[in-house]
Amino acid sequence: MSEASPEAQPRTPTARREALHFALRNRKLVVGTIIIGVFLVAAVFGPMTIDHKPTDYVGPPMTPPSSEFWFGTTTFGQDVFAQFLYGLRSTFLVGALGGVLAAAVGMVVGFVAGYRGGWVDELLNMLTNIVLVLPALVVLLIVNAYLGVRSIGVQALFIGLTSWPWAARAIRAQTFSLRSRDFVDLARLSGVRTPKIILREIAPNMSSYLFLTFILLFGSAILIAASLDFIGLGPTDSVSLGLMLNNAARWSALQLGMWWWFIPPGAGITAIVGALYVMNVGLDEVFNPKLREM
Amino acid sequence: MRRYFGRKLLIYGLTFFVAVTINWMIPRFMPGDPVSSMLSRANVAQPEAVEAMRAHYNALFGFDLPLWRQYLNFWGALLKGDLGISIWLFPTPVTDVIIRAVPYTLGLLLPSILLSWFAGNRFGAFAARRKWLDNSVLPVGYVLTATPYMWLAILLAWALGIVAGVFPVAGAYGFDLQPSWSWEFVGSLAQHWFLPFASLFLVAFGGWAIGMRNMIIYELEADYVNYLRALGAPMRLVRRYAFRNAILPQITGLALQLGVLVAGALVTEIVFSYPGLGHLILQAIQNQDFFLLQGTFLFIVIGVLIANFVIDVAYVLVDPRTRTGMGGQA
Amino acid sequence: MALKVTDLRVYYRTLRGEVKALDGVTFSVADGEIMGLAGESGSGKSTLAKSLIRLDGRMRHVGGTVELDGRAMPLSDDTAMDEFRFRKVSLIPQYSMSALNPTRKIGKMIGELLESRGERPDRAELERRLELVGLSKDVLDRYPIELSGGMKQRVVMVISTLLNPSLLIADEVTSALDVSSQKAVATTLLGFRDHGLVTSMMVVTHDISLVYQIADTIMVMYAGRLAEKAPADALVNAPRHPYTQQLISALPEVGVRYEDRRLTGIPGNPPSLLNPPGGCRFRDRCPLASGQCAEQPPFAEVAPGHFVACWKAE
Repeated sequence: MSEASPEAQPRTPTARREALHFALRNRKLVVGTIIIGVFLVAAVFGPMTIDHKPTDYVGPPMTPPSSEFWFGTTTFGQDVFAQFLYGLRSTFLVGALGGVLAAAVGMVVGFVAGYRGGWVDELLNMLTNIVLVLPALVVLLIVNAYLGVRSIGVQALFIGLTSWPWAARAIRAQTFSLRSRDFVDLARLSGVRTPKIILREIAPNMSSYLFLTFILLFGSAILIAASLDFIGLGPTDSVSLGLMLNNAARWSALQLGMWWWFIPPGAGITAIVGALYVMNVGLDEVFNPKLREM
Repeated sequence: MRRYFGRKLLIYGLTFFVAVTINWMIPRFMPGDPVSSMLSRANVAQPEAVEAMRAHYNALFGFDLPLWRQYLNFWGALLKGDLGISIWLFPTPVTDVIIRAVPYTLGLLLPSILLSWFAGNRFGAFAARRKWLDNSVLPVGYVLTATPYMWLAILLAWALGIVAGVFPVAGAYGFDLQPSWSWEFVGSLAQHWFLPFASLFLVAFGGWAIGMRNMIIYELEADYVNYLRALGAPMRLVRRYAFRNAILPQITGLALQLGVLVAGALVTEIVFSYPGLGHLILQAIQNQDFFLLQGTFLFIVIGVLIANFVIDVAYVLVDPRTRTGMGGQA
Repeated sequence: MALKVTDLRVYYRTLRGEVKALDGVTFSVADGEIMGLAGESGSGKSTLAKSLIRLDGRMRHVGGTVELDGRAMPLSDDTAMDEFRFRKVSLIPQYSMSALNPTRKIGKMIGELLESRGERPDRAELERRLELVGLSKDVLDRYPIELSGGMKQRVVMVISTLLNPSLLIADEVTSALDVSSQKAVATTLLGFRDHGLVTSMMVVTHDISLVYQIADTIMVMYAGRLAEKAPADALVNAPRHPYTQQLISALPEVGVRYEDRRLTGIPGNPPSLLNPPGGCRFRDRCPLASGQCAEQPPFAEVAPGHFVACWKAE
């Protein structure tokens, strides 16, 4: 994400229509959205078409993709395609929950620090910098190893609590620049309370920026979760794409040449995260007229 | 400038403090009696190991002491360099185990971070606003940067290691070799190093290239660029300036990405059974070797802090504004 | 004749079609002439200024010619224009405060710029010119961030005139300044001409009262076309075009930009340039309009050096 300031939000109908016009013509945005859409549909409805649990032993072991088992089976005869669909669901879930939580923390910290300034800012800034410097995955390793993580919700919670700092920093900077604008002054002078000013005046004026931030947090939550799962610290009660990779590596899918076991989960993560990144750039181009290609 | 570094050092000091405190606190959140639950989880065969662990845990955590004493004792042991005894490699001290692994991790991380940063920035700057490159090669950059490190590592190991048989896929050197300064050993080291290095390099490269491309596009819209163009300055000069200015946020970006890069190295090592810190972490988790896990955690945090400081110094050297703005000589 | 513009048309590409920002303007600027260029935003004055030095990505040169010192300028050929830029035609941009590369010392940047244009940096001359605008040579060893806004603007003014261009375009250079600095900048511009550093000058402004102090002639634009061009005194004291007349009568005290006042004296709005009506474009707001105005009046010389595009101006 770029550090440049977002343009003041288009409020007029024509400007909005113009943004929509560019959005529909932005190849990056359209392609990214389609990919996310397809995977989302697969994640939501896919598991409904499977009549067994993803961990059930339903077929002959180690069979390559066939018409019956589209992605083949594992060493134990589990259906890789079923695992993939359920795994997609976990991936979206952990990305959305982790992303929302990180964005929420980042927004609160960023807004308050940027708007209040002074010692509040100093303190929050210090906190932000500390969490920023701590390598998130390594902290999560320690936490997960000791406390054990059973569910995707808990995993997302921990991810959200460790990955907000850069968002807070970016939002703080934006808030800082908006704080002294006329319309904010006006609101302040007319006695509007601080939370309301932030909610009504500041946040809407950087909504596009906030959305872009959320997309990036979404993507990074997915990647962190996949790494944790791969190391073996994932949720114990569900299937995820990272856990599939973990199992494939643990049961020597590589050495046995069972490519159908480790290619789909990684490809799924890459496609989703890549599509998110591409969407992000596309949206940036739509929101920021300077970047539009004529 | 002193103020700037003073502030940074304060933050790094606090971060270290927080890291140690996390290390001390997390075991206390374990349900039940931590010592026995850790002992029961650790599947250790040797009885003397169990005893040593119990003694160590008790000395370290000292649960019968008041909390503040426990905390001070923890720091005391830490400052003596005592991170406990490894369960997995009983009775080697954790510090020794880690120090043996650190060179492998650094050997992977440093070259891949530095090379990917330089190459990615060059390439991204080159691709920006050059239509055919921007449209054809940058999608590859997006795919690379979105790839989970371990997956690219698995793909490379499978394609180049197992299917093509060009590179070995496990360990840091041949099983039949002893570490020595022979050509044979160094060659084997390099062979084993290449694939993990390549997977780290490629993922990071994609990220830097895209970041730089976007930064350059912003720079090329800047007022100073418009002015130079209005005075007929050739694109060569304009791009040189834009690159120079766009590199500054990329240096900051390097500091921000350190955690992700380290995480990438850890999972890549796991894929290749490369005997660095990532491998240690996996072993520690599988053997419930909590001392080793905590020690590795602290080492990584210290490493990241040092790297951050180095980047801070580099930034000050590169950006004149920080120097002049900080009252060196105004 | 330093600058000769003939029937110049420059359009902007937008989503809703082409905006005819500059729709057939013909005028000339004599050697040594300082011409003020005034008009509301959207009148085409900035488009005109930009066209003469560098079209931005959305601008298209549709027709007409520009001659500078007898040579045709290839407006739409970005590369070929480089030969003219800086040496023949130069710009003091509106964004002077941010026009300098923040990470280069000013002296070094100037050296690199000159070198890239195949010119030899002349340190003594550079220092003399800095002195001329009241800057010490120390600024060459400073980064832009170390200078005040006014100092940065003066540095830009020195850079832009370094190669003694035939035509200097000053684009809204005073709009960000307070009244006393505005005066200083105006005096400096005048000095450039009087010292022979630039031959002619085009001073684009919102502020007729300021440009009146230094300009020999003033040209007023309206809705992409020229309304009136005359010697400064004549234009301010005896304007002939109804638009200019209203503009002058609406003129507030010195230094207040009339854009802020939205020209309350003149009812109505300028026509859309997307699909402008035929005939005189001021017709709808003009108190004197008649049937004749359905036809575009020529930009005719009604007195020596006094051009007006109005049927009623005789």
